[in-house]
Amino acid sequence: MTDRDEGPNRRKVLECMTWAGTGVLWTIAGGVPHSLGIVDEALAAEAKGLTFLQISDSHVGFDKPANPNAKGTLEEAIGRIKAIPVKPAFMIHTGDITHLSKDKEFDDADKIISEARLDVHYVPGEHDILDPDVKFYRERYGRGALGSGYYSFDANGVHFMGLVNVANLKGGGMGSLGREQLEWIERDLAGRSASTPIVVFAHIPLWTVYPQWGWGTEDGAQALGHLKRFGSVTVLNGHIHQVMQKVEGNVTFHTARSTAFPQPAPGAAPSPGPMKVPDDKLRGMLGTASITFKQGEQRLAIIDTPLQN
Amino acid sequence: MHLKRMIALGATAGLLAIANPAWAAEIEVKIDNFTFNPQQVTVKAGDTVVWVNHDDIPHTVTSKTLAFRSKAMDTDDKFSFTFAKPGTFPYFCSLHPHMTGSIVVEAAAGK
Repeated sequence: MTDRDEGPNRRKVLECMTWAGTGVLWTIAGGVPHSLGIVDEALAAEAKGLTFLQISDSHVGFDKPANPNAKGTLEEAIGRIKAIPVKPAFMIHTGDITHLSKDKEFDDADKIISEARLDVHYVPGEHDILDPDVKFYRERYGRGALGSGYYSFDANGVHFMGLVNVANLKGGGMGSLGREQLEWIERDLAGRSASTPIVVFAHIPLWTVYPQWGWGTEDGAQALGHLKRFGSVTVLNGHIHQVMQKVEGNVTFHTARSTAFPQPAPGAAPSPGPMKVPDDKLRGMLGTASITFKQGEQRLAIIDTPLQN
Repeated sequence: MHLKRMIALGATAGLLAIANPAWAAEIEVKIDNFTFNPQQVTVKAGDTVVWVNHDDIPHTVTSKTLAFRSKAMDTDDKFSFTFAKPGTFPYFCSLHPHMTGSIVVEAAAGK
């Protein structure tokens, strides 16, 4: 991203999604949504920029009525990823890889996800750190990460930050990043050009979706404060097992579907637990997301693709 | 429970000492729909509280002061803790911290 690309109008331009065919594709310019076109056109255009995938909440090991075969639906999701004509740059997994943090569940997840033949950047969900020493997650995915497992990296001029908001949670609260991580976020962003597109990913939504169910991050606003000066910020989360989006100024918040089971809309059920839907509806509520930046256009497009239309 | 207490009361002094555990009650707290039910329980010192997870999602029982702490409890898993001393013990689920409850422990009768 060069500095000459930066301008007050361009800073306002965020591109998102609208429904089209197998996916969702919106364009938002100056906060007003426009249809960008059908997914095929978008996919063709994507070849010129950076496209990466988001997968979330695979819950390998889950076998309850809402989906007795969470392993099988993860395999289906990876099968669809393998079939994408333009190979994505990499994949991010926004947590709850496993259901109960068992070694065997991590093994199974690894075996299936590695079939995609993509680099995968993980952050943990609360289901991945259930063993007393958090040994299994740390040894597999946390090497080189800081603190509870956060880190950053750059790809095609985009700065990515993988955050952890599921560790050391306090009674009565929601997700939490903690002081140490917030300080790291500030340090990590210091000196970066405001024109650098930023992608933040973490398990629990960084904005408050529904506090009654703990769907939010209590110190998320502090993290976003450090991101204020950047022209393009995209926050990708999982945890709530449904697509939800909000655009606030230069920040786009987006949650991905689970590959395991759907959860109810906020307040639509007595609890946020797994939602049992008719068998023929399940795959329409599971899926993955693809995110694209087009260099020189400061454009971001998120396409959510269900396992079945 | 009341029956047990009456039997214990009726026992000889020697038997009473042996039968002392019969004074202690076992109280169940259900974990259902991401709530502890009942949310607040009053017990006597020496009583044991048993939490049973009825959800399809794992939960924990974690004392705010770390006086007690369960492992992740899968569906139908149980965790029990015996409260030896009086006091108020707030707790929460460390995975879903909006789930909170408390155990109020009163001094056992006659102590």
